Amino acid sequence: MSYLPHTKGDIAAMLETIGVGSVENLFEDVPETHRFPDLDLPAGLSQMEAARMMERIADRNAPASKMPTFLGAGAYNHFVPAVVNHVILRGEFMSSYTPYQPEVSQGTLQAIYEYQSMIAALTGMEVANASHYDGATSLAEAVNMAESITRGRRKKIVLSPAIHPQYRAVVRTYTQGMGLTVTGDETGHTDDRASLIAQIDDDTAMVAVAYPNFFGQIESPADVIAAAQRAGAVACVVTEPVSLGLLKPPGWMGADIVVGEGQGLGISLSYGGPYLGFFATREKHVRKLAGRLVGETVDVNGDPGYVLTLATREQHIRREKATSNICTNQGLMALAASVYLSVMGKHGLRRVAELCYHKAHYAADQIDGLAGFSVDRSQPFFNEFAVTLPRPAAEVNTHLADRGIIGGYDLSQDYPERENQMLIAVTEVNTRQEIDDLVSALSEVSA
Amino acid sequence: MTEPLIYELGSPGRRGIAMPDPDVPLADLPADLVRDDLDLPQVSELDVVRHYTHLSHLNFGIDNNFYPLGSCTMKYNPKLNEDIARLPGFAGLHPAQPAAMTQGALEVVHTVQEWLAELAGFEAVSLQPAAGAQGEFAGILMIRKYHHDRGDTKRTKVLIPDSAHGTNPATVVMAGLDVVELPSDERGNVDLDALREACDDTVAGLMITNPNTLGLFEEHIVEVVELIHGCGGLVYGDGANFNALLGIVRPGDLGFDVMHYNLHKTFSTPHGGGGPGAGAVGVSERLVPYLPGPMAAIVDEDDDGRPIYGLHTPEKTIGRMKAFQGNFGMHVRALAYMLVYGREGLRQVSEMAVLNANYLMARLRDTYHVAFDRICMHEFVIEGKVEGSDVRALDISKRLIDFGFHPPTNYFPLIVHEALMIEPTETESRETLDAFADVMIQIAHEAVEQPELLHNAPHTAPVARLDEVRAARNLMLCCRPIPAPEVYVQPQASAT
Repeated sequence: MSYLPHTKGDIAAMLETIGVGSVENLFEDVPETHRFPDLDLPAGLSQMEAARMMERIADRNAPASKMPTFLGAGAYNHFVPAVVNHVILRGEFMSSYTPYQPEVSQGTLQAIYEYQSMIAALTGMEVANASHYDGATSLAEAVNMAESITRGRRKKIVLSPAIHPQYRAVVRTYTQGMGLTVTGDETGHTDDRASLIAQIDDDTAMVAVAYPNFFGQIESPADVIAAAQRAGAVACVVTEPVSLGLLKPPGWMGADIVVGEGQGLGISLSYGGPYLGFFATREKHVRKLAGRLVGETVDVNGDPGYVLTLATREQHIRREKATSNICTNQGLMALAASVYLSVMGKHGLRRVAELCYHKAHYAADQIDGLAGFSVDRSQPFFNEFAVTLPRPAAEVNTHLADRGIIGGYDLSQDYPERENQMLIAVTEVNTRQEIDDLVSALSEVSA
Repeated sequence: MTEPLIYELGSPGRRGIAMPDPDVPLADLPADLVRDDLDLPQVSELDVVRHYTHLSHLNFGIDNNFYPLGSCTMKYNPKLNEDIARLPGFAGLHPAQPAAMTQGALEVVHTVQEWLAELAGFEAVSLQPAAGAQGEFAGILMIRKYHHDRGDTKRTKVLIPDSAHGTNPATVVMAGLDVVELPSDERGNVDLDALREACDDTVAGLMITNPNTLGLFEEHIVEVVELIHGCGGLVYGDGANFNALLGIVRPGDLGFDVMHYNLHKTFSTPHGGGGPGAGAVGVSERLVPYLPGPMAAIVDEDDDGRPIYGLHTPEKTIGRMKAFQGNFGMHVRALAYMLVYGREGLRQVSEMAVLNANYLMARLRDTYHVAFDRICMHEFVIEGKVEGSDVRALDISKRLIDFGFHPPTNYFPLIVHEALMIEPTETESRETLDAFADVMIQIAHEAVEQPELLHNAPHTAPVARLDEVRAARNLMLCCRPIPAPEVYVQPQASAT
């Protein structure tokens, strides 16, 4: 077998040391009637055969990275510098576990400390943790934290309907046993600030808005943040990290918690995961924060070093009193984001964000000029915008696929009243030619 | 031996990577929303490569040497799997692409669902959960919803043995249920009398790790399951230790109703310094409608009779656990792993994992006290104490670092004094196990003859023992100055 080192001689000698006659004898505690079941599974393959089979399966996909793609909706086809993959493939990082033994884990620990610092800088916040599973679970953990900050006395969570629909679904999954009411998004399908603010009351534990929102629109969340805090609620902003290369961060607008999906920071699309949930907050809330944190300290010689800290918040110490059950985070993805943010740096991330912005606006202008199409320009947008089409989005996408183009996200899936609406995303990898081809293919639909 | 922070490298104005000029007309930027500063590093690509290469030298992975971290199953992570996960057909696939473009991905997900269900004897498996703790959470939410849908809302108690992982009680609380802890008996099993006492019509279920965290197969597992089912509860299996059971016994056959699998333990996907994981969850027939979705399903067949796959969400689902389809990249790796081993090979994985653990235990038994001395499964627990010495488990762990080994898990499970939990895994050779055992025996001698060698260990690591109290008391979580916001809106009252 490929990865097992045991020779027959090894096995015999080891059994003798143990003092049992056969390997089977090691399993006598297992109920005999159920021991060694016949498994209906195929025989093993050589690595060569397994690779060939997996390559054949991969070929049955039509990956967005190989085609002109205008699909976003929470996952984006960005350029990933080669250096990212080369760093995360290093076995010292990839094959290590959570840094419980800091003396032999300074690489992971310092990388996370730098990641926390970069996320704090990007979001304009004071503290970031070592990551959550993805943007959606970061938002769900924000609810947990807000419930804890408000000491379990407030039972209402207000979510803007313009937060990613799947994030809102995950919040409902997480809170189903917690006795909380999740509201704000049942009616209406736009980012109506006045109606959102009207729902904040003294039973509200947290209010969350998205900036940019699910429709790509950018409207300062400052009014909602202020209204939430006036009512004694926690203000959470769901954001998109590449946009923060250009936009003022939610932390500058007073947010208590900033969360989002870090996939855009050097992580491949990979059909939805593994991604990276980032989570930033204020220092005063840090003891209510779920997930791992790395802090700087010194060793017995006074030399600087890094450790996991405030472990007393976590499940392996506090058990049923922990804020969350989270254990593993997305360590390697946080490393990928750190490498990405380092190599892009202060100037590169701004450039990526501007390219996304300009190309998206070029695409919007062209599409808005087509008969039967109209772009939602009710708010400024970043790199994604909603378009009303002359026909249902699914039909338009089928037509685009025939032209070798991956179209946008069909908004009627989540917002039934948005029939014939598509969310189109443009990133730095989309060339002007690709955009012109998209517009040309769309014009055939409008005709 | 320290490495500067990335922020301390480089120089103002230095750029790491060039991006192209815009090939479209420039649009007006929304002036009131544009930030005037972005505090990120200013380094070259080579600065970045050297920085992270230096950091990697301060780290220890399975690729460096033996990593017997109990309960974490630190087995070799095959390089083949990394290459396969990076094929453009997998890595470049957008999660919202229509099923017609993602048939290969759906086939991967569906195949992994089927293999995992067969290996553990379950009716169906969902790959939604992103990690083991999320798989647990999904499992407990399903048990809760199952009872609620039957109008049985008084079942609020979840029984958990005292040897359980901390995630178990934390998960129960997140699901809005109450934890009742069960003691262990003198052989490391669940205390049957205490269990019998706790079983009534308020029990939602039992969370049990089998083999448990002592590395012992529960000797009364059939009675335990019968007692829980007898009082109307469901049995949740923590699959953290499934590496001992492949082809040995199927939890579903023993009557388990739900179990999570850690693909990053049993199925070799890399731990990555603490994630990403993947925590598939499998269930018996009665819980199938409650599984988290979407899952992959065969929805049709083509003209040649080949399956056509689609996404499917069970009718009474507890909901989705994360955005999109789960940690798909981990599913690809797990499938590549299972294909290489196949039916016979997977049984050998568990057999060799158990052989290695028992061999190491036999080599150490005369030197260290084994907490519950019977044939173990894939791991075992010794007491990190040496007669005639004041050294503690932590000292032994730190001294192992000087010999190039990663320490075992310390101080867990909580029910063993000075616990050292050792899990060698199946991919380690007899020579490696011997080398480790020899060092452990040498350390026991040192503990008596030169205890200061242990107290001051490690001597060869990049840093000496770190001041964790200072880290928690004088919090330094970010190396950058706190930003002075220019548009900060002062709230009239802050959050309580």
